[in-house]
Amino acid sequence: MAETMVKDLADVSFINEVCAIPGGEAIRSCIQCGVCTGSCPTANQWDYPPRRVIAMVRAGLRDELLSSNSMWFCVSCYSCTVRCPRDIKPADIMHALEIIAIRSGKSTKRSKTPTMYRCFVDSARGNGRVYELGMMIKLFLKTNPFAALKLAPVGLGLFFHKRLPLKPSRIKGMGELKAILNKARELGGAK
Amino acid sequence: MKYYSYYPGCSAEATASPLGVSVAPVAKKLDMELAELEDWNCCGSTPYWSVDKLEAAAMATRNLALAEKRGFDLVTPCSNCFVILHETNNYLKKLPYFKEKVDKALAAGKMKYNGGVRVRHLAEVLYTDITPDGISAKVTKPLKGLKVGAYYGCQLVRPDGFDDPESPHSLDEIITSLGADAVNWEMKARCCGSSLVMPEQEVALGLVNKLLKNATEHGAECLITPCPLCQINLDAYQSVVNSQFKTHYNIPVLFVTQLIGVAMGIPANELALSGNIVSPMRVLAPYL
Ligand code: SF4
Ligand code: SF4
Repeated sequence: MAETMVKDLADVSFINEVCAIPGGEAIRSCIQCGVCTGSCPTANQWDYPPRRVIAMVRAGLRDELLSSNSMWFCVSCYSCTVRCPRDIKPADIMHALEIIAIRSGKSTKRSKTPTMYRCFVDSARGNGRVYELGMMIKLFLKTNPFAALKLAPVGLGLFFHKRLPLKPSRIKGMGELKAILNKARELGGAK
Repeated sequence: MKYYSYYPGCSAEATASPLGVSVAPVAKKLDMELAELEDWNCCGSTPYWSVDKLEAAAMATRNLALAEKRGFDLVTPCSNCFVILHETNNYLKKLPYFKEKVDKALAAGKMKYNGGVRVRHLAEVLYTDITPDGISAKVTKPLKGLKVGAYYGCQLVRPDGFDDPESPHSLDEIITSLGADAVNWEMKARCCGSSLVMPEQEVALGLVNKLLKNATEHGAECLITPCPLCQINLDAYQSVVNSQFKTHYNIPVLFVTQLIGVAMGIPANELALSGNIVSPMRVLAPYL
């Protein structure tokens, strides 16, 4: 009895956690029709495809879901979102799950996407603009330096076509932007 | 003359520089003033969006606040920047608790946003404000006989775009306004894998392969797209797709503004045509 109660509480808190992130609000009205999974270009890669992800949030299967590779394969194509008959915005729910997985330190090592996102965010925070070359190098050093060799032709191609500047561009209002971002962080995420 | 504030986005300055370069001369010919937003910052982008939504939204809103001072629609040529800036605007309108936090964050940088900016994609502005007829009126070198596939990608038309999210037609109409033939192909608004090409290359390239296959099977001699990420995946990774799938694609992928520019007689160097990895010179030669 006590155990079921604890489990029930866990259920409720997970779905609330997801609902608290902008875009996650509508998850309760899912009818499990599967249109999202059927529309998803990468669903065959997911540990649990989109429809199941929604079901697992509602069932409170927090750890299983947060440590899966599922949401990290979402490419934000929004096919699910324009087709969902209940206006659920599955893409936004995947973003919410990514946020929660990172925040709780559960994001999986089997996908390199969490690392890429972090490199990207560091770059945007550092200069106010994203420095693509720096970000790519950092990603490969952190994940798989050999993959970088395989991609060298792509990088060189971009470089020789003047599409890979060697210097980052930095905004003038960095002080002001830092103050804004620090305050946002202090306010504790988008709850 | 039509007036806009212009937000190029990080890619248009680097990996998608042919886009950034070609926008200016085309806008000039079409009597559009695109005034670049002074000291704009990264839009926040999908990766940031997926790490911390409040911080990402605060980043996006700084740009909206800068645009509000000037008072015109904020136009971006990047589909991802468009979705992020546009969705942030929506969240601020719909979610008062979220707006309160973003306001506080912005105030820490002595800035304020009142919600008065309309965010628009350049392709939508070309279609709605300038119109295919308006473009056609400026064409000096009609692209007769050129078979062009419009590749919309995702975020121009979804989740909240201006065209049909399943079967869009705006870019096809722009192609026709240039005198070219718009190729009808099924996958024109399907996904290219976007930034997944970095962490999960094989999966993304599988999607690119499907797109290139579908487009070439329908006879496209070149593709146009408005989106930096789509262009990079289809153009810069085309040789990797060829070696991975034993294919022989050699199909140039142009930014929409590059093709419009060619038809309006703008010289190749002003359109950065040498910036495309798969050279478009062979198919464009008759029109240059
Ligand atoms: S399409 Fe919408 S209603 Fe159907 S399963 Fe997916 S989220 Fe639920
Ligand atoms: S937005 Fe994400 S979950 Fe939805 S269909 Fe596209 S990849 Fe799949």
